[in-house]
Amino acid sequence: MLAVEGLVKRFGGFRAVNNVSFRVEQGEILGLIGPNGSGKSTIFNMLSGTLPPTEGSILFDGREIAGLAPHRIIVGGIGRTFQIPRPFHRLSIFENVVLAGFYGQGRRSRSKAEEAAERALAMVGLPTDRRASVEGLGAAGLKKLELAKALATGPKLLLADESLGGLDETEMDQAADMLRRIRDELGITIIWVEHIMGVLMRVVDRVMVLDHGEKIAEGLPADVAGDARVIEVYLGTDADASLAAAVAEQARRRIGV
Amino acid sequence: MNRQAAGWIVALLALVALPFVHRDPYHLHVLVLILIWSFAYTSWSIMGRFGLVSLGHGGFMGIGAYVTALLWNHLGVSPWIGIPLSMATAGVLALVVAYPCFRFRITGHYFVLVTLALSGIVLQVITATRDYTGGSLGYTPQRAPSGKGLFALQFDDKITWYLIALAVWIAGLVIWRAIDRSMIRHAMEAISEDEDAAAAAGVNVTAEKLKITLISALMTALAGALYCQYQMFISPDTVSGIAVSLQMVFAAIVGGVYVALGPTVGAIITIVLAEVLRISFGTKAVGWDNLVYGVLLVLFIIFLPKGILGSVIDRIKSPRKPSRGHEQQIVPIARR
Repeated sequence: MLAVEGLVKRFGGFRAVNNVSFRVEQGEILGLIGPNGSGKSTIFNMLSGTLPPTEGSILFDGREIAGLAPHRIIVGGIGRTFQIPRPFHRLSIFENVVLAGFYGQGRRSRSKAEEAAERALAMVGLPTDRRASVEGLGAAGLKKLELAKALATGPKLLLADESLGGLDETEMDQAADMLRRIRDELGITIIWVEHIMGVLMRVVDRVMVLDHGEKIAEGLPADVAGDARVIEVYLGTDADASLAAAVAEQARRRIGV
Repeated sequence: MNRQAAGWIVALLALVALPFVHRDPYHLHVLVLILIWSFAYTSWSIMGRFGLVSLGHGGFMGIGAYVTALLWNHLGVSPWIGIPLSMATAGVLALVVAYPCFRFRITGHYFVLVTLALSGIVLQVITATRDYTGGSLGYTPQRAPSGKGLFALQFDDKITWYLIALAVWIAGLVIWRAIDRSMIRHAMEAISEDEDAAAAAGVNVTAEKLKITLISALMTALAGALYCQYQMFISPDTVSGIAVSLQMVFAAIVGGVYVALGPTVGAIITIVLAEVLRISFGTKAVGWDNLVYGVLLVLFIIFLPKGILGSVIDRIKSPRKPSRGHEQQIVPIARR
């Protein structure tokens, strides 16, 4: 459903993303991991149109979307969340999601947008009360709102950016389960960007690892968790070999292989 | 809700009946001025309330007035056609100036500066083409021969003007309210907070901002044309330029840009203030009203950012219901 070829983003002389290619199949959850500054968010921003790519092609459902304006990509069936939640404080929670339901689905009708908002809020577990203010939400609530906004735009492909930063262990597990439910119940394909490997590895079908803007590994979670380059990126070259092995082992156990 | 609707209808009927009961021409004159300027300030607030602070509206108003008068004097075009043409001119100018601003993300203070230049340019053009426009001495539409008053949109009767101004003012409020209740308001609130996040919700940021700007510019040009037809005399200082733009910002903010009647309250205050100063001090007080405006504007932005009417309504409503999120925001005008 998504085919990315030779994606490059340069900021001046700095290559934030360097010749990255990958495919996403209908109905899968692809995990995208890598240390800070490895280019994950830049890739997301290019997929969603927030940044135009310097080079490369992005085919979504067979259509070239590289460099399109963001609203056209969103209306075309891609939804995104931001790493740091960006709610609209001057609108209520409900109005935030209705806005996405209205404009994100090509401005059909207000009542359709309200229905979409109610479904999206119910899916993420937020109240559908029309007046509830954004100010009452904590970190977990804001992440849910971010997800509800993305869902309300009616995406076929959801780009979930670091959904779990700032959450505690229980909240992380709930959020991970929610992404799986979104895929299972709504049939939405997901690309999930995350720092934290553990939770992500349990949920995703495949995982892709970035470092310094380049793809260094891609495959099943179990294989990637044991990959020497991935361990090196996450623990550094000086890491004790036995420590690396222990981490890999722990990662395997968490996934259950 | 029904009682509220009944209240509005009674108020409306009272306003329509007023000139037939109270015929004092000076009072009617002040009321017509208040209605026309209220409409102009309402037009400004349609975009101003979303943080799109324009100092170019004096330019749109001047275009409305001068294009209508020039077409009439030089080509004999009836204001019935001239006014739509003048509005279209203002609309095209608004799009030409605003499109690059919005496309290239010129926001906040930079946007204010671009629109400030627009006001200045329109003023300069009017002054420079004095062979046609009369320059800084002002300009008078030619009197229509008797019996052609309707064709020329010239009426001696103050009651007629009062009713025209009243109808236009009400139309302005209806547009304000329609926008307030539409999804455009939600989109514009979102855009004024975070353009990238609004785009990620599927909003075409440039198109929505252009729409609001266009509506506001068209309405402002209409206000200028009406002012010209009513006063039968325009000068660059009274209908265009930076002073008029600032006056719009001041009146709208003092009245309150987040409530429909806020700009109207602003118009009542500014015009009554100007008239009181003029009558009590005569020519000795020329320019004093501007001084008072300036001081008050600073005080309002700091202490009463929602304006007089907005704050009063909040005070009345606050114990009953929690105000909406966008009404709780403080100093949105100053922030941008």
